[in-house]
Amino acid sequence: MTAPTPSIPESRQAAGPLDEIPNEFLTFTLGAEEYGVDILKVQEIRGYDTVTKVPNAPSFIKGVINLRGTIVPVIDLRLKFSLERADYNEFTVMIILNVARRIVGVVVDGVSDVMQLTPEQIRPAPEFGGGINTKFITGIGALEQRMLILIDIEKLMSSEDMALMDSAAVH
Amino acid sequence: MSNIDLSRFHRTFFDESAEGLDAMEAALLRLDVGQADAETINLIFRSAHSIKGGAGTFGFTAVASFTHLLETLLERVRSGQRQVTQPDVDLLLRSVDVTRAMLRAADGGDAADVDAVARLSAELEQTLEMKPAVVAAVAAAPVAAGWKIRFLPKSDIFASGNDPLRILRELDRLGEARIACDSEALPTLADAAPETCYLSWTVELRGDCDEGAVRDVFAWVEDECELQILPLPSGEVAAPAAGEGRGSSEAPSVVQGAVPHPNPSPEGRGAQKPQLKLVESTPERRSGDTSSIRVGTEKIDALINLVGELVITQAMLQQIAGDLDPVQNEKLLQGLSLLDRNTRMLQEAVMATRMLPVDAVFSRFPRMVRDLSTKLGKQIVLETVGEGTELDKGVIERIADPLTHLVRNSLDHGLENAEQRIAAGKNPTGTITLRAAHQGGHIVIEVADDGRGLDRERILAKAAERGIPVPANPADADVWQLIFAPGFSTAEQVTDVSGRGVGMDVVKKNVQALSGQIEISTRPGQGTCVTIRLPLTLAILDGMSVRVGDDVFIVPLNCVVESLQPQPGQVRTLSAGARVVKVRNEYLPLAPLHELFNIRTDAPEPETGILVLLESEGRKVAAQVDELVGQQQVVIKSLEANYRRVGGISGATILGDGRVALILDVAELVRGYARAAAA
Repeated sequence: MTAPTPSIPESRQAAGPLDEIPNEFLTFTLGAEEYGVDILKVQEIRGYDTVTKVPNAPSFIKGVINLRGTIVPVIDLRLKFSLERADYNEFTVMIILNVARRIVGVVVDGVSDVMQLTPEQIRPAPEFGGGINTKFITGIGALEQRMLILIDIEKLMSSEDMALMDSAAVH
Repeated sequence: MSNIDLSRFHRTFFDESAEGLDAMEAALLRLDVGQADAETINLIFRSAHSIKGGAGTFGFTAVASFTHLLETLLERVRSGQRQVTQPDVDLLLRSVDVTRAMLRAADGGDAADVDAVARLSAELEQTLEMKPAVVAAVAAAPVAAGWKIRFLPKSDIFASGNDPLRILRELDRLGEARIACDSEALPTLADAAPETCYLSWTVELRGDCDEGAVRDVFAWVEDECELQILPLPSGEVAAPAAGEGRGSSEAPSVVQGAVPHPNPSPEGRGAQKPQLKLVESTPERRSGDTSSIRVGTEKIDALINLVGELVITQAMLQQIAGDLDPVQNEKLLQGLSLLDRNTRMLQEAVMATRMLPVDAVFSRFPRMVRDLSTKLGKQIVLETVGEGTELDKGVIERIADPLTHLVRNSLDHGLENAEQRIAAGKNPTGTITLRAAHQGGHIVIEVADDGRGLDRERILAKAAERGIPVPANPADADVWQLIFAPGFSTAEQVTDVSGRGVGMDVVKKNVQALSGQIEISTRPGQGTCVTIRLPLTLAILDGMSVRVGDDVFIVPLNCVVESLQPQPGQVRTLSAGARVVKVRNEYLPLAPLHELFNIRTDAPEPETGILVLLESEGRKVAAQVDELVGQQQVVIKSLEANYRRVGGISGATILGDGRVALILDVAELVRGYARAAAA
């Protein structure tokens, strides 16, 4: 490997043997909460632009976009998690994810940064109510004053209530 | 040379061998037993020969030794020592199957059936063994003491990488060769082109090698030269013991041990060719090889995708340019319209590379018809019309199974046996006709037979027995449609040819998956004709863009019958929610797209919108939209790749402005209304 490798895999290596929970996360905000997803699932980050509505889809599926010739569905996680406000302005951001061999766009309020967490910083997920089902939460990242809700985005996106895949489409 | 990695050539070998086997099979099928024409035999031989050669080179020994047997048998046929009989053809056809299986196994497929190979090898050997009795009489003819070889290479032989010198050296190794060079054609040095061969040779080869060995030397240049091989009169050299020579053609070493003669003729079969034989070169085959190249389909698909993107970009530029001042930007606009034309031509040209003649599927049927008609004890001929009609490779691959099923159905259920046909006053030989033709943007494929036709009463009885719902007083067309119902099979007996009851519904599904249509017409006692209409390609669609609320949808143009603005009173309400439109003398169900897709629109009433009459599977609906936007070719993109199937939508495309538009699934729309009407 003489070619320069991206920093992400390197730092993963440096962190020692991998356990099940990935240790580098892209953090984003939904309302007041901060969330983290495995950075390796993120393909790119884009601004929110015109979305073509898909008939008879659940409201949190905003529609589909043209991502350089590929048709990609866009989900508004704020609607999915039933937040009060879901505005679309110039700061609204889409995270393009690569999960379960599919490409999915996710609308969030904002993307903060990329963060490394050591296993000690990750606490088990408590039972808590709210929009997001606990089974998709892999843990809570504690960082000084901040608290990161770590989501298993792959599991969430392939779950039936996301209605993204055909197996979930059986009426 | 030996350290070259041959494995990278394997793919080509497998592809070419598969083609060779197909050619062999086709040739065997058209072979007229008793009157075998030399060209067909040659073709069969050549295919076997190149597979053997390739298999040897690449180290597929099992394939090589099996095809060697095949080649030996064919060589005898070719050299006129053996008359082809029907059992021979059957044996050869089975050998083709076994070779195909072996190659597939070598290609990493399922393991070949070793028993079958061994059995067939034994059979081939046995067939070869039977031969000496026939040969004995011929072999008494004077045995050649050597060969006089006239070798006239074509002037461009060097271009094929062959060197006559190498061949001459090779000949020298076979025996004592006296080589005379004919340099008459040699021009003066000033006129001589360095890469042109002007020489020809006459070789007198003494020693006992059989003709096959001599021919093998020329195997690589057979097509690039004129070759004459004549036996030298015997007597000049001590005649080899002809008797021992032909004793056992497959075990020369045994013969050698038993006979004191130092040089017994190793194989009797090669040595008795007293008459002149001129090997014709076949330039047409070679030219076919050089004018085409093999390209992986994924490369072509990538090309098509790129061109699709280019078309979209082109449309985008066109749209932007529409706002420019035509006077100030005259040159730019000219350039753009040129770009438009070139893009379209490029697109057509690229699409054409994916087109294959429909023969690619038709060619599998002669063998099937032959095998099945023998099995069923029926006399059936297959006719194909329009096999040159081209359609998309993807469509061809996916139409093969439905067609196979239809042909089987005709063979098994449609056509009667000879006695029944004679009793009905028909030609005892039944005919199945496969016909392909272009019709507008479609290809129409027909599978027709002149058999007994569909039996209305039997179909109705069967439907009742199977519990398939039947409308009251069904029209004939409705009755024929019943055979497409799942689980329907009218064969009185379940045979292994067809009649497992999983047939026609799957056929229909497959055809519809290709956005095609299937129709049946039949006349009792005269035959049945199944017509399949398919789009030429799956990648591009001529579409009409329509607006509903703020959204644009694409309607496949081939489904659009007409559009109209309804007059007050033209739309009637039947019951709650169900409305019909009277268009001339037809009442068509009204499909308001804004209601179906839950889109807010300013013009919810049919009178304020536009009705687009859509037709699919012989049924029509009137889709209500807000506005017709325009007509355009669109590149079909899958929604399911990253999302899932959406009701009423067959796919998506990208518009000139980069936005996504959804493509209406007309077939589903029409079916939905048909179901609602039936309920």
